[in-house]
Amino acid sequence: MDTNNLPHIETEKGSSSFKMIFTLAIAGLFSGFFLATTFIYTDPVIQNNKKEEMFAAVYEVLPGCKTIETLEFDGSTFHVLGENEISENPIFLGKDENGGFVGFAIPASEPGFQDLISALIGYDPNTDKVIGMKILDSKETPGLGDKIFKDEAFKTNFLDLDVSGTIEFAKKGQKNASNQIEGITGATISSKAVTNLLINSISSWKAPIKQYADGRN
Amino acid sequence: MEEIKPIEKRDSYEFLKGLWKENPVFVAVLGMCPALAVTNSATNAMAMGLASTFVLISSSALVSLFRKLIPKEVRITTYIVIIATFVTVIDFLMAAYAPDIHKALGAFIALIVVNCLILGRQEAFASKNSVWLSIVDAAGMGFGFTFALLCIGTIRELLGSGSLFGINLFGSTFEPWVVMILPPGGFFALGTLLLLFNWWKYKRKSMRHE
Amino acid sequence: MNELVWIFVSAVLVNNFTLSYFLGLCPFLGVTSRLQTAFRLGLANIFVMLITSVCAFALNTWVLPFAPYLRLISFIIVIASAVQFVEMAIKKLSPELFRALGIFLPLITTNCAILGLALFTTNKGYGFVEGIVFALGAGIGVTLALVLLAGLREETKYRSVPSLIEGTALNLFIAGVLSMAFMGFAGLFST
Repeated sequence: MDTNNLPHIETEKGSSSFKMIFTLAIAGLFSGFFLATTFIYTDPVIQNNKKEEMFAAVYEVLPGCKTIETLEFDGSTFHVLGENEISENPIFLGKDENGGFVGFAIPASEPGFQDLISALIGYDPNTDKVIGMKILDSKETPGLGDKIFKDEAFKTNFLDLDVSGTIEFAKKGQKNASNQIEGITGATISSKAVTNLLINSISSWKAPIKQYADGRN
Repeated sequence: MEEIKPIEKRDSYEFLKGLWKENPVFVAVLGMCPALAVTNSATNAMAMGLASTFVLISSSALVSLFRKLIPKEVRITTYIVIIATFVTVIDFLMAAYAPDIHKALGAFIALIVVNCLILGRQEAFASKNSVWLSIVDAAGMGFGFTFALLCIGTIRELLGSGSLFGINLFGSTFEPWVVMILPPGGFFALGTLLLLFNWWKYKRKSMRHE
Repeated sequence: MNELVWIFVSAVLVNNFTLSYFLGLCPFLGVTSRLQTAFRLGLANIFVMLITSVCAFALNTWVLPFAPYLRLISFIIVIASAVQFVEMAIKKLSPELFRALGIFLPLITTNCAILGLALFTTNKGYGFVEGIVFALGAGIGVTLALVLLAGLREETKYRSVPSLIEGTALNLFIAGVLSMAFMGFAGLFST
């Protein structure tokens, strides 16, 4: 038997508690130092990635949008956030090249078939219409529920959707008004969940957004 | 206890055993959670395998380097601190430079830290062997793990989406077996692979007896 | 209130930790050959998960905003220490409970289901109450999976199973079928 392969047997009666604490302290210290260094170098890149991903989605749901302002809601009104401020619950304001409002991009989430579906909704307060929608994250069943972000026909529902009154869900092929969302065959629950997501977020954000938009115009 | 090999042969032995004879997934059945959770596509499986390999090699090297200084009583805690450090580093690096894969793997990158394979190699090998041998052993085990994940990922992606590494192979006439990229598919794919492995072992055994 | 119910049911059935996230598979495949053992292991799991949830909340609120890079290390160390501490307390206060759950505690503390719970709670941004409900749901979900698998395995003992598939392969197939059954719970809360 190769004695080198055995766990090194202590000849003393175990290690002193000083040595144990010392080892752990050194390990912790080095690890903390190493991690802090990595964090300082990677964090700006990570934050930037997140921001770019979000902004790309905002450009997608607000067609014609050129510049984006990040807003935060404090319970009664919105505040514009600076370049490097990070908000927990941001809402985005898109402007065209002349500085006119294109619309607001609202992140929202709702329980779907499997887990939470989160999406970004493009809303134009002037015409009271939803002008775009992008699913940010969902775990809906591949091949069925994932049609909510793969099915092109479903996406067109949200390009010009009248939300001035009630929003309704219609089965495939039964859409006949501009306030209806046409569901997907085989993904009824998922497409209904997206409809609910839209109804809930529009109904809670409509009033404050309109008020804010009127105030700034 | 493994038999003693001549030095020059031992390097290749320690490397190769991880790939097949002592494959961490197929033989030792370790690290099941990542092996099943992120293998719904070959790309994810590969990324998970390589990230684990990075953590395994770096921790093994470090543990082996300090193996004579780490007191026996606190060794496990020290190993965990070392492993967790490397996992956090790879987590940050992937979030910064491979955000898409990072998003697909999600919390499972951080969960590499509790992969029994990694702690197991520190305890069973790196704490008793030279730095070089530990790195060789870790590389072998890491690539063996990646290989196993890639096998599962390939089967699941081929059957479940009809593609490989995101490239569609079977055309639009293929009706994908969606269940394969859902959780049950993970259990079935690994179960089938283990079954094949058992069959292969059984065959070899009966051939030896003749 | 509705949201809490959803979090709970989702963790128990729809997104079961073991059967759809593959967390805590080691004890799932290794220990669960007897119903009694599986049930106790599950209870120990619920117990540790509740402690974990409290630890994660405390760390997320008071420590990690200042040093997010220490998240993983502090989760592991704090959870392990907290469990050890509670273990000692139980040993003193209720030796009977300790005898029933004690041997499982060290086994579970470094389990991926526990760390997974802490990470998911953080990623989903749950507060204290939501975290506790989520932990309870996840723990009950794991227990349910463990007990169901143990029951099925006890059944296979009395059947003649080909020797080739015996062991882990068979357990994986059983788990796959269970996982498929649990997929039926998806959409439970949709209208």
